[in-house]
Amino acid sequence: MAEDRVKVFVPRETAARSLGSEDVALAIEQVALERGESVALVRNGSRGLFWLEPLVEVEIDGVRHAFGPISADEVNSLFEAGFLDGGNHPKGLGPTEELPYLAEQNRLTFARAGITDPLSLDSYRVHGGYEGLEKAVKLDCEAIVDIVTESGLRGRGGAAFPTGIKWRTVLTADGEQKYVTCNADEGDSGTFADRLVMESDPFVLIEGMTIAGIAVGATEGYIYLRTEYPLAIEIMNQAIKLAESAGYLGVDVMGSGKTFCLEVREAAGAYICGEETSMLESLEGKRGVIRYRPPLPAIKGFFGAPTIVNNVITLSSVPIILARGAQYYKDYGSGRSRGTLTAQLAGNVKRGGLVEIGFGKTLREIVEGFGGGTATGRPIRAIQAGGPLGAYVHPSQFDTPLDYEAFAELGAMIGHGGLVVFDDTVDMGEQARFAMEFCSIESCGKCTPCRIGSIRGVEVIDRILSGVDESANLVLLRELCDTMVAGSLCALGGMAPFPVLSVMDHFPEDLQAR
Amino acid sequence: MSDQSSGNAQDSDAALVRKIAEKYVSQLGPLLPILHAIQDQFGFIPTSAVPVIAEVLNLSRAEIHGVITFYHFFRETAPGKQTLYLCRAEACQAMGARKLERHAKEKLGVDYHETTSDGRFSLEPVYCLGNCACSPALMIDDFVYGRVTPERFDSLVDEV
Ligand SMILES: Cc1cc2nc3c(=O)[nH]c(=O)nc-3n(C[C@H](O)[C@H](O)[C@H](O)COP(=O)(O)O)c2cc1C
Ligand code: SF4
Ligand code: FES
Repeated sequence: MAEDRVKVFVPRETAARSLGSEDVALAIEQVALERGESVALVRNGSRGLFWLEPLVEVEIDGVRHAFGPISADEVNSLFEAGFLDGGNHPKGLGPTEELPYLAEQNRLTFARAGITDPLSLDSYRVHGGYEGLEKAVKLDCEAIVDIVTESGLRGRGGAAFPTGIKWRTVLTADGEQKYVTCNADEGDSGTFADRLVMESDPFVLIEGMTIAGIAVGATEGYIYLRTEYPLAIEIMNQAIKLAESAGYLGVDVMGSGKTFCLEVREAAGAYICGEETSMLESLEGKRGVIRYRPPLPAIKGFFGAPTIVNNVITLSSVPIILARGAQYYKDYGSGRSRGTLTAQLAGNVKRGGLVEIGFGKTLREIVEGFGGGTATGRPIRAIQAGGPLGAYVHPSQFDTPLDYEAFAELGAMIGHGGLVVFDDTVDMGEQARFAMEFCSIESCGKCTPCRIGSIRGVEVIDRILSGVDESANLVLLRELCDTMVAGSLCALGGMAPFPVLSVMDHFPEDLQAR
Repeated sequence: MSDQSSGNAQDSDAALVRKIAEKYVSQLGPLLPILHAIQDQFGFIPTSAVPVIAEVLNLSRAEIHGVITFYHFFRETAPGKQTLYLCRAEACQAMGARKLERHAKEKLGVDYHETTSDGRFSLEPVYCLGNCACSPALMIDDFVYGRVTPERFDSLVDEV
């Protein structure tokens, strides 16, 4: 009988799998069979505590107990220790929800990640899923847009533009056909929040996009999904099929008479296609060359129709806003940065993973408190915040609160929330060079300062590092950065100089002849 | 993989390409889905596929070619049996990706965008696999591995 079987959870999620969770799942099934133990294995998503992956959980009397990190070799010892009945094991961590790393977060957007079976609609609904859409279908368009506006939600893809204002533009724009597109190209190094949502709780994104569609009168949606995320593509496609057959997508969404259809479109490995106009070109089947703005995509987007372009996290935050109300969401955060930040601790960090928490904690609190410092145990030398176009933040700036405006004042950015930690062995000259190299590889080619400037940037840095006309070349490098910042059409060429300038300003000792 | 040596095989490849293209043609913006499906089928986009796609979509060959070359993921030559996508981006750099990259190139005897002489492996750079908290990361075909030290790289490559 199913009720007699003890539920054991082993993540089927990229990071957990990259550390061996498939072997662990297999071993659990095998050993259980050998021992005649009755186990119901659930392949959940991940809670985002990657430093503990593969994290095995057992449900006892409704409470989940964690063990981790577990390797396949240790599975036998888990059974020997009687982990199914609450037995002790050296890798036992106690009730999962009580782990400080998790308990101290504000899991709103990630409320279900790692808890549910990502492909079970029942499990989604039991944990509050589709409450937002249920409310939305009873409201008129204006009212939905008002709630999103009132919540203070700003785009989590990088530019932090108020989501409600974007939606209102699409709602009021003229057009028979409108679209909702989800930017799931997640190109920034140090970020994985989009992937984690899509693999761990795909229905929340589907629900968010459906609400967006209903709010602006769009009947079709597209998820532009990174080709480097094969598991997320697989899971999203499966989830869409499930939602269709249960009437959550299609011609009569939840019996509302409204239509919303959804499709995944696979990207093809170009960083620039994460920029919204380039993404739209790509969705249309073209080279991902940046469009001039205006017109805004909200007015003329996908094939010239009014189009919402929102990041995965932005859209996945909408269901809880509808379900709990704008005020509930807005109560988290600080200043003009409302709600939660999904910070991603990456690189050389002891406890890497997802930290969802109200805006306003300092960088230090996140990286040292949650992250526990570096993985190597050495001092932190720099943190690159906000992806490859973000500044390298110096330790003297670590007490800055994580809030869009406070970071902008530093000349840095929160962007999509990636925090990449480097220890004191990092060569900041190399990092500056890479910023230019990356820009040259990924430039769409439309404007000269970006396309050619970045190649010159690499050359100038090479000359500085090899001691050729060092001081003259440093002056040249700064001028080149200024030209790129001022003369580029989009933020690739316009911001790639920021990491370089941050190295010049805060780590000048690394940008000299060696 | 297609056998390019015989005329018959080429004809049947062309028919297959046409079938794939026609399957997607009614979608909005069908070109990327078509290119993905062709690359899934053949491992790369054969030159001979371009005129067929162009005809089905009523676009010029140059337009199709322009799209193929814009995207890093699409390739115009046959890959090795397996493709190793090594992450070069910052979070992986912070955990030794530069060293791993040197090691991988040396071990395989190839540079990026090349295939080993025995045809087993192609090596491609990627800029983030979303596994940045368990770096350095490596994807072999479509499975991602984390905390890839040079030793782990060797055992992964020797295993497959
Ligand atoms: C070079 C470049 C790359 C970008 N990459 C992404 C990306 O991968 N994902 C994303 O959501 N936004 C990305 N953006 C931001 C988008 O242009 C756009 O602002 C965002 O998708 C809007 O959604 P939001 O308002 O929900 O953040 C990028 C911007 C630039 C300039
Ligand atoms: S700045 Fe670079 S990526 Fe952006 S439009 Fe110009 S050339 Fe293209
Ligand atoms: S930077 Fe390598 S996986 Fe993200």
